[in-house]
Amino acid sequence: MALTKEEVEKVALLARLRLSPDELELMTTQLNKIVEYVEQLREVDTTDVEPLAHPLPVTNVFRRDEVRPSLPREEALRNAPDHDDEFFLVPPVLE
Amino acid sequence: MSTTTDVAPYTVVIGLEVHVQLLTQSKLFCACRNRFGDPPNTNVCPVCLGMPGVLPVMNRQAFELALRAAVALNCKIARFTKWDRKNYYYPDLPKNYQISQYDLPFSSDGYLEIPVEGGTKRVGIIRVHLEEDAGKLLHGEGGKRSQVDLNRAGTPLLEIVTRPDMNSPAEARTFLEELRLLLRYLEVSDCNMQEGSLRCDANINLHVHHNGEIIATPIVEVKNMNSFRAVERAMAYEMERQYEEWKRTGARLGEVPKETRGWDENRNITVSQRRKEEASDYRYFPEPDLVPVTVTEEELERVRESIGELPAQRRLRFISGYALPEYDARVIVEQGKKFADYFERVARGLEHAKNASNWMLQDVLRTLNERGWTIEEFPIAAEKLCDLIRRVERREVNTHAAREVFAEMLEGGGDPGEIIERKGLAMVSDEDALRQVVAAVLDKNPKVIEDFKKKKGKKRAQVAGFVRGLVMRETRGKADASLVEKLVNEMIVERAGVGFDS
Amino acid sequence: MTASEIVHLTARQLRSLFEEGRLSAEEIVSAYLERIRAYDRHVGAFLLVDEEGALQQARTLDERKARGEPLGPLAAVPVAIKDVLCTQGMRTTCASRILHNFVPPYDATVIRKLREADAVLIGKTNMDEFAMGSSTENSGFQITRNPWDLDRAPGGSSGGSAAAVAACFSPMALGSDTGGSIRQPAALCGVVGLKPTYGRVSRYGLVAFASSLDQVGPFAWDVPDTALLLQVIAGHDPMDSTSVEIEVPDYLATLDQPVGGLRIGVVREWLADGVDEQVAKAVEQAIDVYRALGAKIQDITLPHSKYGIPAYYIVAPAEASSNLARYDGVHYGYRAADYDDMVDMYCRTRAEGFGAEVKRRVMLGTYALSAGYYEAYYLKALKVRRVIREDFDRAFEQVDIVLGPTSPTPAFRLGERIDDPISMYLSDVYTVTANLAGIAGISIPCGFTADGLPVGLQLLAPPFEEERLLRAARMYERETNWHTRRPDLERVVAQFEAKQSASAG
Ligand SMILES: [Mg+2]
Ligand SMILES: [Zn+2]
Repeated sequence: MALTKEEVEKVALLARLRLSPDELELMTTQLNKIVEYVEQLREVDTTDVEPLAHPLPVTNVFRRDEVRPSLPREEALRNAPDHDDEFFLVPPVLE
Repeated sequence: MSTTTDVAPYTVVIGLEVHVQLLTQSKLFCACRNRFGDPPNTNVCPVCLGMPGVLPVMNRQAFELALRAAVALNCKIARFTKWDRKNYYYPDLPKNYQISQYDLPFSSDGYLEIPVEGGTKRVGIIRVHLEEDAGKLLHGEGGKRSQVDLNRAGTPLLEIVTRPDMNSPAEARTFLEELRLLLRYLEVSDCNMQEGSLRCDANINLHVHHNGEIIATPIVEVKNMNSFRAVERAMAYEMERQYEEWKRTGARLGEVPKETRGWDENRNITVSQRRKEEASDYRYFPEPDLVPVTVTEEELERVRESIGELPAQRRLRFISGYALPEYDARVIVEQGKKFADYFERVARGLEHAKNASNWMLQDVLRTLNERGWTIEEFPIAAEKLCDLIRRVERREVNTHAAREVFAEMLEGGGDPGEIIERKGLAMVSDEDALRQVVAAVLDKNPKVIEDFKKKKGKKRAQVAGFVRGLVMRETRGKADASLVEKLVNEMIVERAGVGFDS
Repeated sequence: MTASEIVHLTARQLRSLFEEGRLSAEEIVSAYLERIRAYDRHVGAFLLVDEEGALQQARTLDERKARGEPLGPLAAVPVAIKDVLCTQGMRTTCASRILHNFVPPYDATVIRKLREADAVLIGKTNMDEFAMGSSTENSGFQITRNPWDLDRAPGGSSGGSAAAVAACFSPMALGSDTGGSIRQPAALCGVVGLKPTYGRVSRYGLVAFASSLDQVGPFAWDVPDTALLLQVIAGHDPMDSTSVEIEVPDYLATLDQPVGGLRIGVVREWLADGVDEQVAKAVEQAIDVYRALGAKIQDITLPHSKYGIPAYYIVAPAEASSNLARYDGVHYGYRAADYDDMVDMYCRTRAEGFGAEVKRRVMLGTYALSAGYYEAYYLKALKVRRVIREDFDRAFEQVDIVLGPTSPTPAFRLGERIDDPISMYLSDVYTVTANLAGIAGISIPCGFTADGLPVGLQLLAPPFEEERLLRAARMYERETNWHTRRPDLERVVAQFEAKQSASAG
């Protein structure tokens, strides 16, 4: 099934990507090609096959509940595009 | 309460989604401190800041606390559980996904019994799962920028989803109280709604009884309730609002999209919240950075053993084992495990546990409230308080003087026997000596006998009471009150020449 | 020893010359820095060369050696780091504009281990943005050229690391391999590259592309150096829940012991349609070498391996769409200058900060996970993933090592595949299944095309059998001398410049 431009636009909002009309056009074409390509997975009979999310035979990995030093606040904020020495700052967010 | 008659021809149906913060030292996936109230962005590290390249490692204690809560909530525990990512963008969520549980939560299908009039009621628990909390967003004055504090980001959170089993605002509140009591008993969470360590959203709708048909109205999600009282009031408001709405529109469940409303504490109303710009699509998928957890029967057994007695069981035991009135048992257990433990240490050394309960519910509780102490901060050891009350039981000291001893122990510590001795507070129960005191009082107040003769019935008893007061004052409160009563009554009657009820 | 001689030594030789006092760490590091200064403007392997830091560290090592202090196994050995690994205090960009100014406050575990081994971190290498690509052309900053032919791509996504080793800018390098991103550029640049078993090396501090597929691994000129670097970085890490607590054998101790009765399974379908003739020929000749060594060669089939690329292009973008959600202009990195509100800030920041391929994959992954498509795409891909793993499980019941080409073609021309995503994706057709299955793989040089382009031989081993993998690779390497060939950069640059001026004139 082909993705429409509207669907691609919806996905772009979910992914928080602004696409220009040209980019949307190209993205729609390319995504459709890739989706069409991956559709060949349908050929594989996967009846009764368990999905493999992890290639690992490992379970129950925990750490002890111990406090270790956090970053100095200055360090934590150092890479932030906008901060006031206490908080990260963002455009106003309405609740 | 569900009412089916003309008064309110509907049943209200309420389900709750509760989030509680777990009492761990460190966060869920990193070693930052899990603590409320520190300066902003001081309990953060690369992991909880969601920096490029970091990975989560699960806090064992968080999982065990979660397990303890789920077992106490009578849940089925999954032998195999995994973690999932819930994807959504918000500036208090540094990774823009929340590590949570989706299709295989570690527990499901439990219940909590809550006290209702004339018995108990089971509120079903759909699921309990573990997830990470988000940070906090502060909306500064002027609205130019919002501030992000990530101290809370990545702290462990337990999500508890109930079945829509509550049928009144009061039941919703009782459920929350009972849940809080349970989780505090288990030392899983301090459930402080003001500090946000317990947060609650509600789903509410009505089953309207109309022309022999039962009509379900659209479900509304209510958020932003910041106290148990707010939950109760929001539910009461919403119930009436929905009924009016139904009368106006006749809208049924499924006919309109689910609405979210926020409780406005100041105006005492719920307000419809702006619909999000997109339908939420969380794109859950298995968290590849964490491995699944399996739970064995042995581990579960160990958890069950470690849980011990739960508040509901303890209430019953206090009633049957200590012969406490239901009210006393409820109030003592409600004060928390440590308070109830203290009570038991006092009660065990006494003839009548009710005496311990009286002291706990009056003197001890009042002191705690006045001074803002917890029972752990209370300076009188249970054994000392027991000693004091035992002396009252044995009539070594009367209640009045015992309060003086209590006050002294509160301020300066010390031993009841020593204080009684030092302050000369031992009860005067020498009948001859007391008889002389009563005689002296009556001699000094001849008007009393005249009064007694003039008055009738209850008024005569008041006169006797007045005399008892004078006698107690004369003995500086140390006299055996029941002996004083007996002597005063005898001697007034003797002198007046009339009885109490003549 | 001249600078030019120094940069043609192996890490083991450098380490022992340093230990014997015949070369100072400063001499070693200076020689490499000189080489980088001379040629990296043509190759473009590095995004950042830490001249000062490297020299400082070299001097410290010389002082420590003078005091007779014990020295780590990589003492005085320069290592180039793919810019996908976090280095404390040293900019880490993943070749993305969205992280153009990001300075990590922490070291990746493998970086910490390198420091503890006294390696010299010489710089950060170019890559496809967020490791998405097979040519390094998707870098947000620069292209990297193949040191054997500057018209051609070094492969990717660890193209900068592979090119840095091939150009003798560093005797070894670290890369990351999600679908072939170590093995394919190693093959295209004529060096050795190893992708460890998933869980063998800590991913802590490796900027995630696809978390269930990513592994950090070594590049070097030969198998012993590869083993040496793997030895340093391998092992359980409490900071990575998916790193496994399995003992790390002493790889160097057994490296020169041939695998007795080695059974090699040749993946026939990988030598059929779609593979370059000269690549196929070189691989067939490699098979002959093994046969001559007494290995038992048999054909095997991996019937579902052709579904590797489609499965990968669901699983990897799905995970990536979530992993890359954090680049939003709030806590670090780039933020758009103009925006209307919060959502617009996100959308513009990401649109301006990410390149085309990253956007494509984020879109694809978001779509594959979105309501209504999850089962058809994501869940289906995970099931195919298991089927692919079971193909390998069956194969390893019969053979010790699976063999095939690393890449279907030698190094392709820059720009040749960039506008056709699927043709680019197919560069990883033979490597991607090892990531899906979580097994170990290595690419070693096995010949050259008529044009003088290197060809890579891929060997695969069951999970945590890196020791077997290295020994099997070493058996071949000892019989051949492909790994000793180095590009003559002076000549390559001269030819390239001549061609450029010819086409310009
Ligand atoms: Mg939740
Ligand atoms: Zn942290």
